Amino acid sequence: MFEDLELLRLQQYWWFIVSLLGGFFAFMMFIQGGQTLLGRLGKTEEEKNVIIASLGRKWELSFTSLVMFGGALFAAFPLFYAVSFGGAYYVWMAILFCFIIQAVSYEYRKKPDNFLGQKTYETFLYINGSLGIFLIGVALATLYTGGNFIRNDMNLSFWTTHTYGLEALINPFNLAFGLVIFFLSRVGASLYFINNLAVETIVNRAREQLKIDALLFLGFFLLVAFMLFMMSGLAYDSEGFKVVEHKFFFNLIETPILLISLLVGVGLVLYALYTALFKNSTKSVWFNGVGTIITVTTLLCLIGFNRTAIYPSLSDIDSSLTIVNSSGSHYTLTAMSYVSLMVPFVLGYIYFIWRAMDKTKITSEEIEADSHHY
Amino acid sequence: MEDALLTDWSRAQFALTAMYHWLFVPLTLGLSFIIAIMETIYVKTGNVVWKEITKFWMTLFAINFAIGLATGIIMEFEFGTNWSNYSWIVGDIFGAPLAIEGIMAFFMESTFFAVMFFGWDKVSKKMHLLSTWLVAIGSNLSALWILVANGWMQNPVGMVFNVDTARFEMESFWDVLFNPNAYSKFLHTIGSGYVMGSLFVVGISAWYLLKGRDVVKAKKSIVVGATFGLITSIFLIVSGDESAHEVALHQPTKLAAMEGLYDGHTRAGIVAVGQLNSEKEIGDKKEPFIWEIEIPYALSFLGFHNTDAFVAGINDLVYGNKEQGIESAKSKIEKGKVAIEALRSYKEAKKSGDIAKAKTALETFRANEPYFGYGYLSDEKEIIPPVALTFYSFHIMVGFGLWFLMLFFFVLYFAMVNRLDGKKMLLRLAVFSIPLGYIAGEAGWIVAEVGRQPWAIQDMLPVGMATSNVSVTAVQTTFWLFAIIFTLLMIAEIKIILKQIKLGMEGH
Repeated sequence: MFEDLELLRLQQYWWFIVSLLGGFFAFMMFIQGGQTLLGRLGKTEEEKNVIIASLGRKWELSFTSLVMFGGALFAAFPLFYAVSFGGAYYVWMAILFCFIIQAVSYEYRKKPDNFLGQKTYETFLYINGSLGIFLIGVALATLYTGGNFIRNDMNLSFWTTHTYGLEALINPFNLAFGLVIFFLSRVGASLYFINNLAVETIVNRAREQLKIDALLFLGFFLLVAFMLFMMSGLAYDSEGFKVVEHKFFFNLIETPILLISLLVGVGLVLYALYTALFKNSTKSVWFNGVGTIITVTTLLCLIGFNRTAIYPSLSDIDSSLTIVNSSGSHYTLTAMSYVSLMVPFVLGYIYFIWRAMDKTKITSEEIEADSHHY
Repeated sequence: MEDALLTDWSRAQFALTAMYHWLFVPLTLGLSFIIAIMETIYVKTGNVVWKEITKFWMTLFAINFAIGLATGIIMEFEFGTNWSNYSWIVGDIFGAPLAIEGIMAFFMESTFFAVMFFGWDKVSKKMHLLSTWLVAIGSNLSALWILVANGWMQNPVGMVFNVDTARFEMESFWDVLFNPNAYSKFLHTIGSGYVMGSLFVVGISAWYLLKGRDVVKAKKSIVVGATFGLITSIFLIVSGDESAHEVALHQPTKLAAMEGLYDGHTRAGIVAVGQLNSEKEIGDKKEPFIWEIEIPYALSFLGFHNTDAFVAGINDLVYGNKEQGIESAKSKIEKGKVAIEALRSYKEAKKSGDIAKAKTALETFRANEPYFGYGYLSDEKEIIPPVALTFYSFHIMVGFGLWFLMLFFFVLYFAMVNRLDGKKMLLRLAVFSIPLGYIAGEAGWIVAEVGRQPWAIQDMLPVGMATSNVSVTAVQTTFWLFAIIFTLLMIAEIKIILKQIKLGMEGH
């Protein structure tokens, strides 16, 4: 089946899969958003325990989604993986440190004799949810704005600044993108708590918090959308690369399916916010979740399709990366495409397990009675 | 100089993070199955004591699992951050198993982990048991794909070098997946995890018996732990033998270093124990050992399943041995340099449109391609890994492995005849054997990875060519950050586990 496809089709298919994983990861970031709201929504120790228990049953999936996103990039676009991770070294390392400290914090936070103290583990969770998510946003934004690298005849890459990726922090678009992702994660968290918890005080605070975060999210989202459509991007053809003004705007107009999916995704997120804020709905999390996955997937697809560079080089335009020059071979992409058929199966059992585990909303009593609560 | 320093720091960081990670993974691999067996007994018998036992070991499992994740996330991304040349040159082959690991194993582990810990009252007994087994299977599947990737580094198969993209590309997924080296390594590695899990359960239970606490639960745990340990110790030895056979076939320099064998011969014996002569140099006439006890014929037999087989020594591999058809390293390096030059010439000719020149260059390259990696070495002695570290690590691993087999045998025997309470010395030895399990596991990976030097990919890509092109300062900075954070987290983990053990097996 896949072996009969042209290499370009496989490259496009894999960019879509990577984008979808990015979308799923963005949805799962409600975990990180929730971590930053621990002190705002949980005023007593009991309330904090409920919040941590609620997030703690799902946090590993957000962690796994990040690993999967990295793994898929490595397998399908090894040159992008090599250039970006090996070059924007400090940014990726900072992100990884933010996730290392998350991994132990749920389990160790309340355990007796935990060496660093409960406060430290809660701070770890806050850093993961704020700095970690913001930096991921910045790193993703560089797919639009580019990085300072060159590559030689043997496709070995070299970064041209000694700040190894940290220079991305002075680009306004990258910063705004990081903030959008941050506030999106907090919006997702409030909607999740409203759905998942039966503790009225927390749910009420989540609804109040949602008003602030939704406003900031929408503000930054509009700013990012405006900047993105005004921005120039790199196009390529057989002659090489050239700068095209409003490249991403034209990509959207010229690819109707992306335009439609962006409108649907954004529409679903707006509908979720409307129902949560004005209709007191508890189901908004699902509309927001599906909307987030569709929107982020579309925004990432916007970079890979329509002969656009997925990683422009700011140091040497000819070193820029595309899905064509950075991908795995036809054989590997074919083999991996068969593996990708497992994705619906994986999503299926995640859905089945979540449904079984979330049959009833979490209460304080349940958490206190559980011998293995976090 | 700068390049050598970068390689050293990149290797140091990878070694640091991998060794920390390997402190926690074996317990996950082994304990997950032991817990699944315990819960199965609970579901079969309905005896709630087994449920409490299961929950106690699950508590320790979760504490260890968390830090395993913390140290694990870096491993995948480090290939990109610190070995980006490697990631490009072999990413077309190496990336696939890592991605498959994510989709096949990680999601399974993380989804069913939640059921295993928080689903006791939310799903049926059987569904819960299935979830516990799936966590065990998921973590072992993860090991499978990682070792498929690692096995390929030790014995690269199923690929071809594409001169236009300047990288190796996969030609047969099945050759990569069914690489014999990958399977012997996978079985040996999970075997070491099962033994580690058993040592942990037997050792901690022995401590309870010494203290006279939780006696019934401790004895039940010991029976499961020691049975699992005895069976898997035998499995570990058998898979170790197969693993050594693979090394003999594909990594003769590693085998020579493991045994401190300088001059090869037929009917070679194994040095069971010995002290290396630290003044011995490659090519000199000094004795390699100050003292040694050798088992005759054993190396030829274990390496090649034939007592008459010739086992190449370090000197044969460096200087060549015409009689045995072994080419010298110098000759391989020269051919490698020809291959590199031919590739450069091919690229230039392609760029300038000189098709005839490109064709000739390509023919020269293909003729010398098997030696391509050697061209990046400057000295013939570089092909030999550090002998002392490899030799001693190998012998520590084997020695401890044999000790664990004996320990499990005696513990199980006395447990079955119900005379374990009086065997204080045996119980103490069981407690002290827990750290030995960790040492043996780390030693095993030192043999595998230090013994592979100077290669990132055996015979094809030396480590010096595989690093990212970042500054030494950047790598030094992250090295120390990893050292600090992992040490702090490990102290926390040990303190929490010790506290949970002291609190006892009740109330879980």
